[in-house]
Amino acid sequence: MKQIVVISGKGGTGKTVVSGALAALAQDKVMADCDVDAPNLHLLIGAEYLEENLFYGGQKAFIDTEVCVKCGKCLEVCRFGSITAEFRVKQQLCESCGYCLMVCPAGAIGMDKNPAGKWFVSKTAYGTLVHARLEPGEDNSGKLVAIVRKAAKEKAEQEGAKYVIIDGPPGTGCPVMAALSGVDTALVVTEPGLSAIHDMKRVLELTDRFKIGAMAVINKYDISADNSSAIRRFCADKGIDIAGEIPFSAEIYGCVMKGRPAVEARDANGVEQMKKIWNNIKKRLQT
Amino acid sequence: MKIAIASGKGGTGKTTVAVNLAAVIQGSCLIDCDVEEPNAALYLNPKIEEINKVELPVPRLKEDGCSYCGLCARLCAFGAISVLPGSAAGKGTLLVFDHLCKSCGVCMGLCPERALKEELRAIGTVETGNSCYGTFARGQLDIGEVAAPALIRVLKQKAIYAPVTIIDAPPGTSCAMINTINGVDLCVLVTEPTPFGLNDLKLAVEAVRKASIPFCVVINRSMGDDEIIEQYCRAEGAEIAAKIPFNMEMARRSSEGGLLCATGTVFRDYFTHLAEKVQKT
Repeated sequence: MKQIVVISGKGGTGKTVVSGALAALAQDKVMADCDVDAPNLHLLIGAEYLEENLFYGGQKAFIDTEVCVKCGKCLEVCRFGSITAEFRVKQQLCESCGYCLMVCPAGAIGMDKNPAGKWFVSKTAYGTLVHARLEPGEDNSGKLVAIVRKAAKEKAEQEGAKYVIIDGPPGTGCPVMAALSGVDTALVVTEPGLSAIHDMKRVLELTDRFKIGAMAVINKYDISADNSSAIRRFCADKGIDIAGEIPFSAEIYGCVMKGRPAVEARDANGVEQMKKIWNNIKKRLQT
Repeated sequence: MKIAIASGKGGTGKTTVAVNLAAVIQGSCLIDCDVEEPNAALYLNPKIEEINKVELPVPRLKEDGCSYCGLCARLCAFGAISVLPGSAAGKGTLLVFDHLCKSCGVCMGLCPERALKEELRAIGTVETGNSCYGTFARGQLDIGEVAAPALIRVLKQKAIYAPVTIIDAPPGTSCAMINTINGVDLCVLVTEPTPFGLNDLKLAVEAVRKASIPFCVVINRSMGDDEIIEQYCRAEGAEIAAKIPFNMEMARRSSEGGLLCATGTVFRDYFTHLAEKVQKT
């Protein structure tokens, strides 16, 4: 079984639109939405929730004000600014280290179990989807991504699927690394904008470091001919294949608005490019 | 006042709104807190005057004193230390997994032998300087590093604030975003009139409400019919502070690193109006 991750560095370049298209084009696969901060793939391919599981994040400190003697020891040791001068815990800033609890002489501090999100297994018209939702303000997104990946892999094994297609998060940080580690190939979706190009370069440094082969997709390539040429030159220099180039298209936008995969767009060139992308991925994975 | 420009979804136009606001407010400060992918400098072309390495303390053994009792490994909530006790064959081993360490200081502070010291490990940089619109600061996390919140905290300390400070937040609603918006007076949530935009706006609203920060909404790439967002905002009592229309010319300019407010009065007006509005709240 082969795993493919769709990433971009910059947000909003079209990761989910491309992932949704792959979901509709690929046979024998399980989908995994690893953008647990802002999951959207279910909006394109629909989801009938079959399983719902709780995800616990790091425990958060709390202070029992009745027992607190206001000695200030917790304030002194906390390096995250999560304890206020009134001896309350700003739980959103708490990193769960437990130092405050360990030094409290009054035993006034405890740790709350912290339900930080949920993860789901859903049925879609295009096969199984494993997805998740991290509660706003929670950390440990990398851990939740790892759970989604593991569940998707298990489902794929049960179903005898050939592929796991992962819709990744933006950025280069901890959830991206969790989405990237151990995959067979990465598809980097970029746009002909300076920000997107800058971010693509950073995310390619990351795939290099993980020794994962990458291919690029230029989305909305026709917005800037100069910048698209710059991307092609950069990729040629780096030996990165361009799997396809998707035009800016009101039809594709219309699909997103209706919550349908972009392969249904009445845009022959756009759809042709999406097919080309999937064929190029398959080719890459055979070798 | 400090205004954070945030959104759940990436690519809705946070940086576009942030840099154009900073540019229309004379003598403003812009802080780029999207430390995984900082882009504001591409638009503001600041002159960077100071580059500071950001380092996090990680534990290391002092020359001697460790009894390999393993207390630090048991107390570490992040599994960042592993201790193998000594035996007749030789002394023990203490291993630190730097990437798992959150620099909380528990191990060092509570070691009964005081056998641990802290060593600094670089995770990225904070740069400060000036653009022709005001002061500028940005952070950049090294590739392969995960401690975005720690870098953001340092960045917010080092920045030179102005009467109006615009903070470009990272996408999402997790710890990096929360650390960015902590302590600001207002959050401007940038969204787009699509089901993705709406879904992620809801998450962002939840996050700012949890942090008790006032907020308003900006609809970017408005296609005329923004009912999908408007309906939600009405139901939630959220103010829509501006609508920026989709326009091919604007998309092109932005993609080439141009400031929209420098393109013409029509574009400029969107941001001057927004600037007036946010400064009033």
